[in-house]
Amino acid sequence: MIRFENVSVRYEDDTEPTLRGVDLTVPEGELVLLVGPSGVGKSTLLGAVSGLVPHFTGGTLTGRVTVDGRDTRTHPPRELADVVGTVGQDPSAHFVTDTVEDELAYGMESLGLAPAVMRRRVEETLDLLGLAELRDRPIATLSGGQRQRVAIGSVLTPHPKVLVLDEPTSALDPSAAEDVLAVLQRLVHDLGTTVLLAEHRLERVVQYADQVLLLPEGVMGSPAEIMAVSPVHPPVVALGRLAGWEPLPLTVRDARRRAGELKGRLEGRDPAGLLAGLRDSAPPAFEARGSGGGAPGFGKGRGGGLNLFKRRRTESDTPTPLLHVEALAVRRGRVEALRRIDLQVHAGETVALMGRNGAGKSTLLSTLVGMIAPTSGTVRVAGRVPHTTAPGELIRQVGLVPQEPRDLLYADSVAAECAAADADAGTAPGTCRALVSELLPGVADGTHPRDLSEGQRLTLALAVVLTGSPPLLLLDEPTRGLDYAAKARLVTHLRSLAADGHAIVLATHDVELAAELAHRVVIIADGEVVADGPTAEVVVSSPAFSPQVAKILAPQHWLTVEQVEEAL
Amino acid sequence: MIQKTGPGLSTFAAPEASRANALHAGAWWLWALGLAVAASRTTNPLLLGLLVGVAGYVVAARRTDAPWARSYGAFVKLGLFVVFLRVVFSLLLGSPIPGTHELFTLPEVPLPDWAQGVRIGGRVTAEQLVFALYDGAKLATLLICVGAANALANPARLLKSLPGALYEVGVAVVVAMTFAPNMVADVARLRTARRLRGRPTGGVRAVLQIGLPVLEGALERSIAVAASMDARGYGRTALVPASVRRTTNVLTLGGLLGVCAGSYGLLAAEGAGYGLPLLGAGLLAAMAGLRLGGRRTVRTRYRPDRWGPRAWLVAGSGVAVAVLMIWANAYAPEALHPGVVPLEAPELPLWPAVSILVGLLPAFVAPAPKENA
Repeated sequence: MIRFENVSVRYEDDTEPTLRGVDLTVPEGELVLLVGPSGVGKSTLLGAVSGLVPHFTGGTLTGRVTVDGRDTRTHPPRELADVVGTVGQDPSAHFVTDTVEDELAYGMESLGLAPAVMRRRVEETLDLLGLAELRDRPIATLSGGQRQRVAIGSVLTPHPKVLVLDEPTSALDPSAAEDVLAVLQRLVHDLGTTVLLAEHRLERVVQYADQVLLLPEGVMGSPAEIMAVSPVHPPVVALGRLAGWEPLPLTVRDARRRAGELKGRLEGRDPAGLLAGLRDSAPPAFEARGSGGGAPGFGKGRGGGLNLFKRRRTESDTPTPLLHVEALAVRRGRVEALRRIDLQVHAGETVALMGRNGAGKSTLLSTLVGMIAPTSGTVRVAGRVPHTTAPGELIRQVGLVPQEPRDLLYADSVAAECAAADADAGTAPGTCRALVSELLPGVADGTHPRDLSEGQRLTLALAVVLTGSPPLLLLDEPTRGLDYAAKARLVTHLRSLAADGHAIVLATHDVELAAELAHRVVIIADGEVVADGPTAEVVVSSPAFSPQVAKILAPQHWLTVEQVEEAL
Repeated sequence: MIQKTGPGLSTFAAPEASRANALHAGAWWLWALGLAVAASRTTNPLLLGLLVGVAGYVVAARRTDAPWARSYGAFVKLGLFVVFLRVVFSLLLGSPIPGTHELFTLPEVPLPDWAQGVRIGGRVTAEQLVFALYDGAKLATLLICVGAANALANPARLLKSLPGALYEVGVAVVVAMTFAPNMVADVARLRTARRLRGRPTGGVRAVLQIGLPVLEGALERSIAVAASMDARGYGRTALVPASVRRTTNVLTLGGLLGVCAGSYGLLAAEGAGYGLPLLGAGLLAAMAGLRLGGRRTVRTRYRPDRWGPRAWLVAGSGVAVAVLMIWANAYAPEALHPGVVPLEAPELPLWPAVSILVGLLPAFVAPAPKENA
């Protein structure tokens, strides 16, 4: 279906080609997963299939790419639109019309399908993707997961033979990601669609793949073969390699069947490993509050009152928390984004905020740095009220790395950015640059922040925020678009920061990251805290938020491969 | 049990709005333009107020909670601003309206001789203020009528009624228009993000510093949308024989020339004889050209809005208001233009007021949006 013959792609200014000599054949009806570290040309390869490379991006493509027998050199993307459907990394940049139903029909209208056919396919696709409820909704009002499904639906309606997806689940919470992947699997099984997708979060997708293509080597093989040698792999594979399981399990289910012997070896050992010291030194975490939000009215109000009372009493004998949030509520227009949030974070503690898209995680973080004023309740960061504190003073107390790190970067070179950061924080010149050199070795002064990779940009933003050395560090969705190596580096940095006494709060969908870093997990649903407790307890009991290792080794409380390795 | 499905009263009640019975966007625009024409025919503040009330009531009864439906408030504010501006200008620059009721005198700026006829400051009379108010209210009502159409009709749906040859241009325009709100959102986001760097979020410097990143972001987004549109078949063309293409060009160009010459003939003193036929022929040729040009595009339309009886009623009610008001100018000109010199209190003339109320019809016949919070 897709054939690459000795394909190389080079962009104008680069000295090295992005892709070099790729030869591959993807047969019809396969789900092929592209894996590899950042910057090896996964997006370029995907773009070459849809013809956007080189027709739209520029650069030179040598060799030959054919899709369903059509050569992309002679067919521009619009002439391939009936065989290839493409969804890019950002679904909101994909939409042309403003309502769900029109969006689904747009591609078919361009191809000139008959009205009766369009009508039938729109109905089918609405059902296939579970979008029937949303058909009249304006796209601007949809959540991230819904948008992703609409974007996929909009390229499905012309019945393309090939579907190309670039990181379809990176912005989604675990359950929304599962929905999207289930749809893809259904397409492959029921309609024989060929799917080519790139994804960093392998723990979510590898079990769905028929074949895996490893870049930059360009080798393709069965998932088990490739995962045995791949430098990027999900925790289940890492555990399998560690335990020496043969053949390598790719799903939690396979791994659990083999895990009996390993569980026996781990029996009786303390599942604390590396984090034990930190976890013990951290102050005792609060119990889960809100009791799941089941009890309405009177009962709930009374419970809240009691809680308040209890906490007042215990506070006197624990050290004052760095972050103190009490009965916080935030309203935006008529929407109550946050309700009755109570949260305390002490120095040296790492807390993961989890919850589905739109639950209020980002709103909470914005409130903590004073970007949003609370409607009621109190927020204190090191004794200060964030939204009334002068920004210049506040950045020495609390720093936030936003979801889009680019928002923080204004200058046109790394050096200028660092100089500005020193001036902003009032620190000695060179402070920020020293941090950058430490966190991000080998980045030249003159590099434009835009030319950095996703992970490098995040690290630069982190360095800029750390220049004021705030005791409280907040990160919003820090691992979006990061490969495993960049993620591992981030984890190392954050751990050493926590060891230095920084308190860290991170909002994330990445359960593996939470498992590796957090002492405590706070789950937010619908603007309320529904669970707050030690990571192992909260995460192991929840099917959506538990990491792969916890699922495999349940009921034992192991969270990461690292812990298991330490214990063996 | 057989349910009775005879034509009871409920058959005529407005159905719940859905995609299938959506009112043609053109009907809403005709209705709003009818109200606007009516507004342009009167300066009576009571009648203008009635028009605004009618438009507002229909918007309140029939708008959805889609993003474009929220623009009505903005148009009302714009209208009030226009009234305010008109009065301020009248205060400062004076007015040619002669008046006897002097209210107060502003200090007058002495101007050199060559600026004769221009006055800044000076005497302010009640007549002049009332005239400015009436005039401003007329403009504001026009704006509010346009705002009502904007809130009631999805702009993208209007596109679907364009001839095929113009559709692609229309899509480009609509996509381009969505960038304004996106850029506003970007500016807001980046301004608050400045707080994270410890910089003040307000002031001119803040705007200047985020200007470049905002423009960069907008540019990147437009490239991404263009790539997506291309990959989804935007701009696919069908092969048409060279003869058809040539005929299209000749018809369109010739038609437009005919329209120009015809309009000139109509306006010029001596050419009234051939003006009208030339204009008609030009229009016909241009339309034939557009239609033929539509053959080059392969696109089809998904569920275009149908022009049903309800659309006729909505559009008809607007046109009726316009026609009745024009007619009212013939039988009651004084009531429609209350005197300014000498000052007199405006009255509400019965029949013109009743004819404006005809514009309320859409609030009863147009499909009602779903009740959801």
